Amino acid sequence: MPKISYQSHDGTVADVNAPENMSVMQVAKANGVDGIVAECGGSAMCATCHVYVAEDFLDRLPVMNAVEDEMLDCTATERKPSSRLSCQIKLTPDLDGIVIHVPERQT
Amino acid sequence: MSTAPLQAELTSEPLVSCPVSRLDPFGREFLTDPYPFHGELRDAGPVVWLERYQVWGFARHAEVYAAMQDWQTYSSAAGVGIDDFRKNKAWRPPSLLLEVDPPLHTRTRAVMSKILSPAAMRRLRDEWQTRADTLVEKLIERETFDAVKDLASVFPVWAFPDAIGIGMEGRENLLPFGNMIFNSFGPRNEIFLESIKEAEPVVAWIYGKCARDVLAPGSFGAQVYDALDRGEIQPDEAPVLVRAMLTAGLDTTVIGIGSSIHAFALYPEQWQKLRENPTLIRPSFDELLRWASPVQTFFRTTTRDVQVGATMIPDGSKVLLFLGSANRDPRKWEDPDKFNITRSTTGHVGFGTGIHGCVGQMVARMEAEVVLTSMIKRIKSIEIVGEPVRRLNNTLRSLSSLPVRVTPA
Repeated sequence: MPKISYQSHDGTVADVNAPENMSVMQVAKANGVDGIVAECGGSAMCATCHVYVAEDFLDRLPVMNAVEDEMLDCTATERKPSSRLSCQIKLTPDLDGIVIHVPERQT
Repeated sequence: MSTAPLQAELTSEPLVSCPVSRLDPFGREFLTDPYPFHGELRDAGPVVWLERYQVWGFARHAEVYAAMQDWQTYSSAAGVGIDDFRKNKAWRPPSLLLEVDPPLHTRTRAVMSKILSPAAMRRLRDEWQTRADTLVEKLIERETFDAVKDLASVFPVWAFPDAIGIGMEGRENLLPFGNMIFNSFGPRNEIFLESIKEAEPVVAWIYGKCARDVLAPGSFGAQVYDALDRGEIQPDEAPVLVRAMLTAGLDTTVIGIGSSIHAFALYPEQWQKLRENPTLIRPSFDELLRWASPVQTFFRTTTRDVQVGATMIPDGSKVLLFLGSANRDPRKWEDPDKFNITRSTTGHVGFGTGIHGCVGQMVARMEAEVVLTSMIKRIKSIEIVGEPVRRLNNTLRSLSSLPVRVTPA
C-alpha cells in the first residue's frame, strides 16, 4: 500500500496509507484531509483539488493531458511547475512515499 | 408494460447467468416513480439482464461508478443511448463530447473545459446574481407562483444562452429541443415520438443559431470558433459544439433548479439550515443531484468480455447505467431517500464521473448558486400549494409544474 504525506499550508502533516488505483484526491477525501475540495468529484472540471507535488516525484506522475492542463490555469492559488490536479494522480507502487503540498485555498 | 417481479433464472447460455428483469425502465410507470423499481433492480444483483431491450443493467452504486471510471472497458463511442452506432445508423449525429472516446474526446473536452471553466464562470457571477435577485424579487411580490414555469424555466433560458451568445428571439424553442434529444437516448416509445412532434419545427431554428456570424463577440459560442481558428477543432465541429451547449445545458439546469425548490419545499428544516449557513449552498446542490438525479440513465458499450460479479458480459454489449439508482443505493448512502444537505456527497454520479463527467457543471452550479442565494435572503419558507406535475422523459427526471406559496423573510 503506497503511503502519501499531505502537508498543509500551516504545517499540519497527514500521513495516510492508500490503496492502489485510488487517486490522491480520493484518498484525501476518504481520510478527511483538509484543503482539498474536489467539488466535481474527479472529472478535472473544477480545479478545486489543486496540489503541489514534491519535486522528486514529478517525473513519476502520470502524463498531464490537455484537459488537466487547461484546468490548472483556473486554480485559486498560483500555478507552479509542480502543480497538478490530485484527482488525476492515480496511485501506483512507484508513488510510495509521495509528498503532497496542499495549497492555502481552493476557491 | 411489465412490472413482473424479477426472476433469478439461469438460462442455457453460459454467458447469460444473472438475474433477468422484465421491467421496462422507459415505461410510464417506471419513469413516474422509479425508486421502488430501482430498489428491485439493485436487490436482484450487481448486474441484471433487461429482457425487454436485450441489454444489461447496473443499478448499484459500486458497479455504476466503476463503469463510468473505466472508459476503456465501457465505451461511449457506440452511443450513450440504446442504439448501437456501430450496428445501426444513428437517428441523430453523435455528440462530439458525450459519444466519443479518447484521444478524440480529450481534445474536444479540453476546448470546452477552457470555455466553461471555473474562471469563466467567476466572471459571470455578479451579473447573474443581479438577474436572479430581480427575478426572485418580482416573484415574491406575487407570493404564489409556479416554481418551474415562472422561475426554474426562466432563469437558465435567460442566463446561459446569453453567455453562449445567441439572441433573445425564439428561446422558447430551446427546451423542446433538449427534451427531444434526451428522449432519443431511450427506445422509440410514445414519449420519444411525442417529443419529436413538439420539437421538429424548431430544429432548423436551433441549427441556424449555431453559425459563426450570429454569435455575440466574446461569447462561449464565439470562443468555440476561436478554437477552430487556432486549429484545435475542425470546421464542421464548431456548430455541433455550440449546439451541444444549447442541448445539454438548458433542460438539465431548469430541472436542477426546479428540483432544488421542490426538495427544499418538502424538507423545510433543510431550508432553514441553508438560510442559517449560506456556505452550504454549493454542497446542497450536490445533495440535490444525488437525491433527484436530473439525468437518470446513460448507456455504455463493452469493448471486451468483462466479468461483473458472477456474470460474464460479452464484448460489444450495451449496458444501461442507472445513475439515479446508484445515487440512492443504501449500500453506499445512509438513509438514501432523505434529502440532507449536510451529508458527504463525495462519489455521487449526478454529473456522471470520470472523463465524461458533465463539462458544463460549473455553469449548472453557478446557476443554482445564484438562484438559491437570492432565495435564502428573501424567502422564509416555501409551501407547495398544488399537485406537482412530472414531465416524463426517457433520460431526464423532471417537473413541468410546481405551484408554491412563499413567505417573505
